Amino acid sequence: MIFAALFYAAFLILAGGLVYRISDYLRTPAPLKIPTTPAPTTGGGVALRMTREVLLFESLFKGSLWTWGFAMLFHGGLALVLMRHLRYFTQPVWSWVDLVQPFGIYAGFVMAIGLAGLWGRRFLVDRIRYISTPSDHLMLALLLMIAISGLSMKFLDHTDIIGVKAFFLGLEHFDPQPLPASPLLYLHLSLVASLMIIFPFSKLLHAPGVFFSPSRNQPDNPREHRHLSPWAAKLESES
Amino acid sequence: MATEITAPPYRVIPIIPAIKPGAMEGLKPFVANDKIQEALGFPGELVEDWKDRAIAKMGDLLKKYRSLKVYLDACVHCGACSDKCHYFIGTQDPKNMPVARQDLMRSVYRRYFTLPGKLFPKLVGARELTKEVLDEWYSYYHQCSECRRCSVFCPYGIDTAEITMAAREILDSVGYGQKYSNEIIGKVNTIGNNLGLPGPALEDTLEGLEEDVKEDTGIDVRFPLDVKGAEVLLITPSADFFAEPHIDSLIGYAKVFHAAGISWTLSSMSSEAGNFGLFIGNYEQMRKIALRIRQAALELGVKRIVVGECGHAWRVAYSFWNTLTGIGDGAEDKFALQLQKQLDQRYRQPTHICELTWDLIERQAITLDPEANDNLIVTFHDSCNVARGSRMGEMAGGQFEIPRSIIRAAANHFVDMSDATTREKTFCCGGGGGLLTDDLMDLRVKGALPRMEALKEVADRDGVNFMATICAICKTQFSKVLPYYGFNMRMVGGVHQLVSNAIRLGGKE
Ligand code: HEM
Ligand code: HEM
Ligand code: SF4
Ligand code: SF4
Repeated sequence: MIFAALFYAAFLILAGGLVYRISDYLRTPAPLKIPTTPAPTTGGGVALRMTREVLLFESLFKGSLWTWGFAMLFHGGLALVLMRHLRYFTQPVWSWVDLVQPFGIYAGFVMAIGLAGLWGRRFLVDRIRYISTPSDHLMLALLLMIAISGLSMKFLDHTDIIGVKAFFLGLEHFDPQPLPASPLLYLHLSLVASLMIIFPFSKLLHAPGVFFSPSRNQPDNPREHRHLSPWAAKLESES
Repeated sequence: MATEITAPPYRVIPIIPAIKPGAMEGLKPFVANDKIQEALGFPGELVEDWKDRAIAKMGDLLKKYRSLKVYLDACVHCGACSDKCHYFIGTQDPKNMPVARQDLMRSVYRRYFTLPGKLFPKLVGARELTKEVLDEWYSYYHQCSECRRCSVFCPYGIDTAEITMAAREILDSVGYGQKYSNEIIGKVNTIGNNLGLPGPALEDTLEGLEEDVKEDTGIDVRFPLDVKGAEVLLITPSADFFAEPHIDSLIGYAKVFHAAGISWTLSSMSSEAGNFGLFIGNYEQMRKIALRIRQAALELGVKRIVVGECGHAWRVAYSFWNTLTGIGDGAEDKFALQLQKQLDQRYRQPTHICELTWDLIERQAITLDPEANDNLIVTFHDSCNVARGSRMGEMAGGQFEIPRSIIRAAANHFVDMSDATTREKTFCCGGGGGLLTDDLMDLRVKGALPRMEALKEVADRDGVNFMATICAICKTQFSKVLPYYGFNMRMVGGVHQLVSNAIRLGGKE
């Protein structure tokens, strides 16, 4: 039952933390128009730019091909793995999640390769070694261990995934069920819970953050539309 | 600087240089004295309780600027920006890598504003704000020209310029301001321009120019000052009034107005396009400087505001004027409303001089003879603030096409420099963002390296002998640093300098 408590706590911290962060970002004004130009001039254009950033990492592609390659492998793999994991939480399993299953099997490896590549850069490139903090290394280690423990369950020491599913459906219905006994599963889940807890306090905030970056999410139309933040508007009435 | 300043050698193959920790450590531009500081409402010297005040100011800025908050949170240390800064390339100092520059502040942010930084500072690279850290801020936040090149390549668009501005704002608020920028802001506030050129001197200069042009061309081209009811108010960097090669562009603007028959005027009260309020990240100062221009426009009753060749000035004018002073649309105070009624809204307000000139060329309202520039093989240096912080014309990217189109109309030989160094990827000249001061000469020379390499390539291959640009800071900076790299200082000049050579004055035929 420790795991049941752990996951309730982790979920609350993750959800609460993200809601807090995002509302904080929403509340904080962007007083000036600072899109990195050339920028789209319309809202639709901005949506396209953001989509390219989130799905294709457009700017990173311009910045560093190596990093981009590994980043795509990691995030692409991660996305598939997470979609595949939805089967533990949905009953009946959504039909598109079924479609992902065959790809998802390899996605774990892809994700691990990406992570290894990203980690390698932190040792091999002098500039990146210079900027890396212990937490940067730990974050990669954590994700890599999640991936390895997950892959081991799949290929080395099978877990009772029916039982896992029962456990999580139980959590969802506030009717806790026992978790199958398996050291690898315990490891996998403890690491995942730590990841969820760390998320809202760490650089993982890049995931929500990218949507709030003024240099990417503002349309370039300052001459056509006046942009005024509430605190700046106050200066107007004073003078 | 005791040691002699020399340019770094060109890289044989332009690979990313290895880091040299501490290469620029301790470099500090002059600190502003109490008079300069107090004139802007900042403490005269470093205050006793600077630490608490700095943290409080940081908290304040985090509430006012979403950019700062998101940028401090979101960086994943991926390193995509790490080799993109001209100051890093030129100095190899790892603290001049954009991400490392941000980390100087991020480490403090983590310590005082985030849970992991409070609990496990070592783990997340958080640190106390000590005097050493403050000095380091002063040093490295004055080794950033706020050019935004790093933001192009960052997957989250993290703009180190925003962090630098916040840092300078904090430094100012505890009495640790930079002499160069703050002194200049004081001059605009009292005299009306960055150079401290008073009205009568300006009048003299303009009269002298009228005589020079008359001698040169035999035609009476006017340089009007404070003419009420003129159609256009020209707001141009004050360097245009006396510095070389800037003045040749001023002559170019005057000839364009003359040839097109547009009545125009300069203002003695507001004779500066530059706005150093941007450089120190201070909204109030930036607004104050912009309001002077609004006042001049109202007093002179003009229909259009046109901005001369100046990079950051155009960024402020294009991106911020409407916000700061309501010159376009949507403002409600009575001056802004009056201004909106007064200005002719069929034109873009404000208009860049290049937009104006290109429009006249396209409509064939003026005629250029490109043969006049046949002795020149021209290339174009995109100025950072124009390239990455503004636009011209209707289309995204007009800020790249319009000046190039003018050059092609004014000269027969035009070559672009390497793609990796132009348009949105352009390198700063090395002197922007409040660093155009002699006490930072060493940094300025080193920071120019990437641009000089690109110029060398086209000079050797295509015989390029003129680099046109549309920024007063770029012009001054290049005039100063070109000789360090074995070029002639007269190789740089304005786009309107080319126009000035080529434009047909007097009868249209
Ligand atoms: C909107 C969704 C997301 C976007 C657009 C995004 C984008 C990026 C980009 C562009 C990078 C930089 C390149 C790199 O180092 O890989 C990055 C790094 C990273 N991302 Fe994401 N990401 C997203 C979601 C996530 C999620 C959900 C996680 C983890 C659970 C995650 C974990 C990481 C980590 C750990 C790094 C740093 C890798 C390193 O240390 O080199 N990302 N992300
Ligand atoms: C509460 C959340 C999670 C549960 C219950 C869970 C459970 C499992 C189980 C039971 C397996 C074995 C699959 C099999 O044997 O077929 C597995 C595999 C895996 N897990 Fe998780 N996991 C969770 C979260 C995560 C997260 C957040 C990540 C990534 C950051 C992850 C990455 C992996 C990988 C890479 C594999 C191997 C490849 C695969 O089967 O898709 N897991 N997980
Ligand atoms: S804004 Fe320009 S000068 Fe400043 S860190 Fe970025 S690239 Fe360097
Ligand atoms: S590119 Fe952006 S996310 Fe990557 S290290 Fe630089 S600032 Fe951080």
